[in-house]
Amino acid sequence: MPTVQQSPRLTPEQLASLGRELDEIRADVLARLGASDASYIRRSVRLQARLELCGRALFFLGSLPPAWAAGVVCLAIARLLNTNEIGHNVLHGQYDWMRDPALDSTTYEWSELPTSKDWQHSHNFMHHTYTNVLGRDRDVGFGIIRMSEDQKWHPYYLGNPVYAGLLMLFIDWGFALHDLEVDRIVKGECKLSEKRDVLGRMTRKISRHLLREYLLHPALTGSLFLRTLAGNACANLLHNLCNSSFIFCGHFPDGAVAFTEEETRNETQGHWYYRQLVGSANFTASRFVQHISGHLSHQIEHHLFPDLPACRYPEIAVRVRAVCEKYGIPYNTGPLHRQLGSAWRKLVKLALPPAKRSSY
Amino acid sequence: MTLMSRLLQSPVSRALVAPHGVDGYLEALHPMWSVRDVRAEVLAVDHPTPDAVTLTLRPNRNWRGFRAGQHARFSVDIDGIRRERTFSLASSPHREDGRLEITARVHPGGLVSRHFKNRVRPGVIVGMSQATGAFTLPWPRPEHLLLISGGSGVTPVLSMLRSLCDENHAGHVTFLHYARAPHSMLYAAELAELSRRRTRIELVRSFTRESAGGELSGRFSESQLRTVAPEFARAQTYVSGPPGLARAVEDLYRANGLDDRLYVETFHPPAARTSCGTGEPESRVVDFTAGASDADESLLEQAEKRGIFPNFGCRRGVCRICTAKKISGVVRDLRTGRLSDAGEERIQLCTSAPCGAVSVRL
Repeated sequence: MPTVQQSPRLTPEQLASLGRELDEIRADVLARLGASDASYIRRSVRLQARLELCGRALFFLGSLPPAWAAGVVCLAIARLLNTNEIGHNVLHGQYDWMRDPALDSTTYEWSELPTSKDWQHSHNFMHHTYTNVLGRDRDVGFGIIRMSEDQKWHPYYLGNPVYAGLLMLFIDWGFALHDLEVDRIVKGECKLSEKRDVLGRMTRKISRHLLREYLLHPALTGSLFLRTLAGNACANLLHNLCNSSFIFCGHFPDGAVAFTEEETRNETQGHWYYRQLVGSANFTASRFVQHISGHLSHQIEHHLFPDLPACRYPEIAVRVRAVCEKYGIPYNTGPLHRQLGSAWRKLVKLALPPAKRSSY
Repeated sequence: MTLMSRLLQSPVSRALVAPHGVDGYLEALHPMWSVRDVRAEVLAVDHPTPDAVTLTLRPNRNWRGFRAGQHARFSVDIDGIRRERTFSLASSPHREDGRLEITARVHPGGLVSRHFKNRVRPGVIVGMSQATGAFTLPWPRPEHLLLISGGSGVTPVLSMLRSLCDENHAGHVTFLHYARAPHSMLYAAELAELSRRRTRIELVRSFTRESAGGELSGRFSESQLRTVAPEFARAQTYVSGPPGLARAVEDLYRANGLDDRLYVETFHPPAARTSCGTGEPESRVVDFTAGASDADESLLEQAEKRGIFPNFGCRRGVCRICTAKKISGVVRDLRTGRLSDAGEERIQLCTSAPCGAVSVRL
């Protein structure tokens, strides 16, 4: 069964007016951007830096287990903020209008393993333009998991839950391998030699990351070297678990629709919006979780308007929901645990071969 | 450089905070702290006349000082958007407390000057560049000096005068200032006081809109100059003011073969900044005009038609890969119809169409 039929088919006229309504929301928010948005991102940057310094400082007391544990939590939260609320959102150009060289999407270098330049290609362009288009959007299962019934089953996918579990633990490395298109290299779709530039850039960045987290900072704490090293590793794991949970909730839960390239050929702005609406899922979250997820809790709004400041998504969501109701488009949202549970049920189910081929 | 700042800038420190700089962390602890950037705290906001504002500033330790007559670029965030303007420093570089002073004329359309007047309060922190400019006094100081200024152009020559006083300069200074009327003259009381206390400083005020109140009235002319400074050919002359005044003085000096004794302060309009290459050797500035046949043709499409191929991704305004720096000109956002500012800013080539002439660095 083509999954797209789970959502209503809109007529071209309906799609056009949907496009106009969403364009209006965008223009309206754009016109109101100002000091509050600037102060939001600046506060986030300050909080991130303070939390990181605090976490690093606590490791100097690492012989006391509570101080060590508090250090791990501080660093994990700092890194989540740095990846999501700051890095991911700044690289989308959400704050380019501020003309602050420190928050400029063309020059900002984020703290994750892929370089900003490679990330912008694989994420901003490939994923956000071709969201959930099989064969184009490489975030569909990230090339290693089977996340849609339209992906052909293969005995390899029996390991689906294992791959997903590993991906959750090491998603920062997943980002890096993803930008290197390692899955395509393994399948022989492209050669490693074509990736020499990316590989060079990434190797430099990753070695700096390893040097910082697993040599310099531990060395700074002297005799507590090993404890600090373990602390940094735990903070990274905690960061990865949280971050991958947020990410899995974005497009994996039940109801999130995949598309074929055929369906998106020559698509209008209205259809593009429609595809973002039905291909993404939100989760409800406290202010704190919204903050550390970089508002990925509002994945739907993020996919409609990736370059509007994320702190506006909650207010935009009210209007987007009303538009969805008007056109009878399902608005996929639920608590984090339910969305994550749904994603996991799906990837366990898809590990097994289809029971019977459906009618199409 | 102090030991601390040298330590913070060492390769090890930088590796400890990579890929972000040390400044990001320092700034989070105190807004004035930085190993590199000059920042200044506003200590006082004064309103010398109804349409002018004077800021007294305390720069951080990265400020390397200045010479009288120089200017610096100041940046402030207004409604979340960073705006930069250049102001001449009006204070004496010898000031013991190291504080700086700038004075701006507040124009009805002046974004930054209005912000200074209406919204900046003591405690606000502004960004600064180091001082630049060749409009400075030579060393040793000239025996005869003629300082000519008009309106808010008084600030750099006032800085010179204040600095000469601090140096107990023994030479003769004629200070010729043009203002519209006595009540709108900046630093009127201080200038009067200086010339009263020091016999070798002569203050000549000329009001262009009122015949009374000054030693002279009307605009700059040769006869005025010969009246106030008959020996002007022997003096070093510094002029700072509106373009009309600067041009009039320049013409007169050139006609008398005195160009080499004249220094003129000119501010570069923002567009003129393109001339200095800024470390992007492969980039070049490309000029566009509104498409004659198709007004909705984006800059990206126009460039490609001309055989220039900027980087691009989605071609629908989503991914920002085609973002480039517009040097000057107004563009229209093809999605919202919104017009941009005319100055330097980042734009997306795929969703921007030129309105008239537009220069983009590609």
